[in-house]
Amino acid sequence: MEGNIFQKYPKNDRSNLIAMLQDLQEVYGYLPEEEIRKVADHIGMSVSGVYGVATFYNQFRLTPLGKNIIRVCRGTACHVKNSANILTALENELGICAGQTTRDKLFTLETVACMGACSIAPVININDDYYGRVTVKEIPKILNKYKKQEQAVSIE
Amino acid sequence: MIELTINDIKVKAEEGMTILEAAKSVGIHIPTLCYMKDLFPSGACRICVVEVDGMRNLIPSCAYPVKEGMKIQTNSSRVRVARKTIIELLIENHPQDCLICVRNKNCELQDLSERYNIREHRYVGEKKNHAIDISSPSMERDPAKCILCGRCVRTCNEIQKIGAIDFTNRGFKSNVTTPFNKGLNVSDCILCGQCILVCPTAALRERSHAKEVVNALNDKKKFTVAQIAPAVRATLGEEYNLPIGTNVTGKIITGLRRLGFDKVFDTNFGADLTIIEEATELINRLSNGGTIPMFTSCCPGWIKFAEQNYPHLLDHISTCKSPHEMEGAIIKSYYAKKMGLNPEDIFVVSIMPCTVKKFEASRPELSEAKLPDVDAVLTTRELVRLFKVAGIDFNDLPDDEFDDPLGESTGAAAIFGTSGGVMEAALRTAYFKLSGKELENVDLTDVRGFDGVKEYSVDINGTTVNVAVVNGIGNVRGILEQIEKGESKYHFIEVMACPGGCINGGGQPIHQKPEKVEKRARALYEIDAKMKHRKSHENESLKKLYNEFLGEPNSHLSHELLHTTYVNRKKILEEL
Repeated sequence: MEGNIFQKYPKNDRSNLIAMLQDLQEVYGYLPEEEIRKVADHIGMSVSGVYGVATFYNQFRLTPLGKNIIRVCRGTACHVKNSANILTALENELGICAGQTTRDKLFTLETVACMGACSIAPVININDDYYGRVTVKEIPKILNKYKKQEQAVSIE
Repeated sequence: MIELTINDIKVKAEEGMTILEAAKSVGIHIPTLCYMKDLFPSGACRICVVEVDGMRNLIPSCAYPVKEGMKIQTNSSRVRVARKTIIELLIENHPQDCLICVRNKNCELQDLSERYNIREHRYVGEKKNHAIDISSPSMERDPAKCILCGRCVRTCNEIQKIGAIDFTNRGFKSNVTTPFNKGLNVSDCILCGQCILVCPTAALRERSHAKEVVNALNDKKKFTVAQIAPAVRATLGEEYNLPIGTNVTGKIITGLRRLGFDKVFDTNFGADLTIIEEATELINRLSNGGTIPMFTSCCPGWIKFAEQNYPHLLDHISTCKSPHEMEGAIIKSYYAKKMGLNPEDIFVVSIMPCTVKKFEASRPELSEAKLPDVDAVLTTRELVRLFKVAGIDFNDLPDDEFDDPLGESTGAAAIFGTSGGVMEAALRTAYFKLSGKELENVDLTDVRGFDGVKEYSVDINGTTVNVAVVNGIGNVRGILEQIEKGESKYHFIEVMACPGGCINGGGQPIHQKPEKVEKRARALYEIDAKMKHRKSHENESLKKLYNEFLGEPNSHLSHELLHTTYVNRKKILEEL
């Protein structure tokens, strides 16, 4: 699958850089270092140049994603409803900062600008589930649900 | 010709000139940060903005061409406020530790702050916080001091064509760094230090070895020896406001003696020795069907580049150590024996125009019986700092002479410090060795100058020897690709990683005067022209060294002491 990406794009053509990175992220879920080096070699750019582009855009990730992706809305309405506290609570509970993944690879914590659900602010979203009017107190309970799911899977 | 008005002065400018250039031509100063002469303008820093009649916004003068009838104000209050704001914002995201900074009094940000009379902190806020990269033995990167002008990135990418560093992240998190932020030592960096020369602040600087040197000087048991590279004598005076290209050899020798060095030798002796060994090697390769073309090996930046990128071509590089390493090896063998010194007690310090030499000196291949040939390398700038702290008033120093016997040198060695110099010196000796006759005119002007690649053919005894001189590592890839394809017509190729050669090395005085390379080179050619002996094989002390100690050039002992091996660093970097 990954091999096709390198065949798909001509060598030494820098204009395909972003498309290539997107395709690779599609395959790996993030951009592994090894692949970034291969891309640089393929399109004839320095590794630092490709790394620079990969870090410039928010859409690219340089670390693998966790199993569950938590998105905390930091839009205006949620901000007014104290989403900063929600984020801090999640960071404390998971022991990571926004943008990072827990060591057990179970959770990735991200912030987003607005989910369009301002009426139920503050909002967080975990995978396909949305949680509105979230309070700091609820956070451990919400996270436990996903931890339990993981345990159930591992017992099976 | 275009006519325009700048600050109510009528200016005639050529089509295609930028406003910045037109203003400069009539003595109007416009500050710049990201601007680099001869490169496509990036217009990133906005410090050069000016006001143009009829245009709504301020425009960057470095990137905007002049037009007929333009009316420009370069110093209106609107312009001044804009510039001042930019400077204030830069300062507030900067450590402001000028008093203890290595670039104190030689910093473009400091200069701008002074020029725009900044007297208060108006935008106190969060500051960027990045770790210092001390991973390399030659250089340090301190991104906290970086103002993101991008000159280092462009030098590395567009001039040297290495691409070891680039902009990463964006907005407040923007940072110039190496791939995956892993540090210079595991990047494509060749440690040439050209980025240091263009850095407006101290975000890029050499790794100082001053402490090791001072400790050795204070150690009564150590016999301390200094040696000076050819290029240092033509530049060090600039740090003391002497005109560019002043030869200060005599003063440096006196200064080094006052610092406490027991002996002061000349790397030029090592350069003459290099020529004898290298010319002999070339002749052997030519006559015994060895690997041709042969590359010079004096420049450690070039060596590192080849090891990292073209390991399959390492056989093409002369096995000769670089001059200061040869000098060090001879000091710790021949000279030690002659003087009855224990080589372990000798501490050799090289004063070099170069940052890569620090890396080179630490190479395990460059030591005999676990004793490094050279113990410490100081750049031109570091030596000046030692002089200052030692209370030496450089400009008032009397001249002195190098110590014997490793201080004698010829004009051929003097020009090692400029692009084409090693080639010219080598040809003067190779011609004699191959034909038995001396070159009539030793001034080989075809290999001089600052073109990217210089070519020259010389007829020696009916055989044509084709040589090339690569001025700046950014021009070397084409030559290497020719060799890969088996299409190279050359026999001998000189490569210097820094544009202009060592006179423009990464360890040299920092300023942005465009005439520096030419004037410094001229100083070296003047030293050469004034010499009694202008060919390396005429060096009397060198003849004695061969008679008393080494035997023949490329002898077994020469190979042991003066030649080296190279490492496939591509493999090492890939395995990391």
